[in-house]
Amino acid sequence: MKQKTLFIVAAVVLLLVFLIGTLAYKSEKTGQSAQLAERNRANLVRMHSPAFGKPDAPVVIVEFFDPACGTCREFYPLVKKMMAANPERIRLVLRYAPFHNGSDKVVAVLEAARKQGKFWPALEVLLGAQASWAPQHTPQVALVWRHLEGLGLNLEQLKVDMTAPEIAHVIAQDIEDARALNVTMTPEYFVNGKPLPSFGYEQLKKLVDDALNEAQRR
Amino acid sequence: MNTTQPFTGMYNETTAWTLTFAAWLVASVSTLGALFFGEVMQLPPCVLCWYQRIFMFPLVLILPIGLFPFDRKVVRYALPLAALGWLFAVFHLLLIAGVIPESIKPCTQGVPCSQKVIEWFGFVTIPLLSVVAFSTLIALLVLTYSRSSK
Repeated sequence: MKQKTLFIVAAVVLLLVFLIGTLAYKSEKTGQSAQLAERNRANLVRMHSPAFGKPDAPVVIVEFFDPACGTCREFYPLVKKMMAANPERIRLVLRYAPFHNGSDKVVAVLEAARKQGKFWPALEVLLGAQASWAPQHTPQVALVWRHLEGLGLNLEQLKVDMTAPEIAHVIAQDIEDARALNVTMTPEYFVNGKPLPSFGYEQLKKLVDDALNEAQRR
Repeated sequence: MNTTQPFTGMYNETTAWTLTFAAWLVASVSTLGALFFGEVMQLPPCVLCWYQRIFMFPLVLILPIGLFPFDRKVVRYALPLAALGWLFAVFHLLLIAGVIPESIKPCTQGVPCSQKVIEWFGFVTIPLLSVVAFSTLIALLVLTYSRSSK
């Protein structure tokens, strides 16, 4: 009997220590990432970043994303819906965090499509067809072309453009900024410079709603 | 202790129980620690870490099954796991220490096993903690066996 009590008490104590440790670690981390974002504000938005929405919108969502990331694909329509629900009040700035091996090539395709004014259609088509050009989470740039055919892009020109040094520079800058802001997973969102306390749609929604309310009061 | 009492068998069994219980504590702390590194601190485990986890995690369940009621055979089931886990841990430690050359490390993709993600006080690394845990487990299980056999 005493042995059973001892065992149960030990198990409960171990689990409690684990939970308290987890909470303590999380709260310390949240404080740190907020400070990090505060200190590295310059890394958040670059002139070269593709953006969508009114330039002087009161709420700016900066999203670090990877075109081959499944969660980024799932969140994209959710963010669009938030923007549609608050017209002219939210601006979305996209930053690249091509963490998947080979994603940088696909990002270069997007940037080259941007030169032809087709960034957003290309992005939406590629996100929609993600499973077919990134089988087993392995992006293969050779598989993206047929998805871009219907967009009226000059693909020959695009293939030349995607090797341009300025595109490589944009990608390198974004990766460097992601590192400075300690972005290790995609998608990562910053709403008016504030990082998500923990990842999730609810958390993002709350951060955006808070920012909208704050903008309303001003 | 009074060694002339008729229940010497009981005395041995209590000691053996306590030893197995201690082994369970070590396995549980190691498991929760590994989960903390992996799930809370989000440090991705390398391939060798996964093999060590494979041999550590089941002990958290196997050892209590041998505790209630106490069954000395639990050593037979737990010791092979602990021994294999120990081999992986030692291999990993030697890899980090540079005794085993890079070229024979089994993982080439993902997180390299030779990378030290944590270094407390300048010498405490995760593989070192693993070797200490598996060694303690083996010692406790062997003691359990010897205490409960006579």
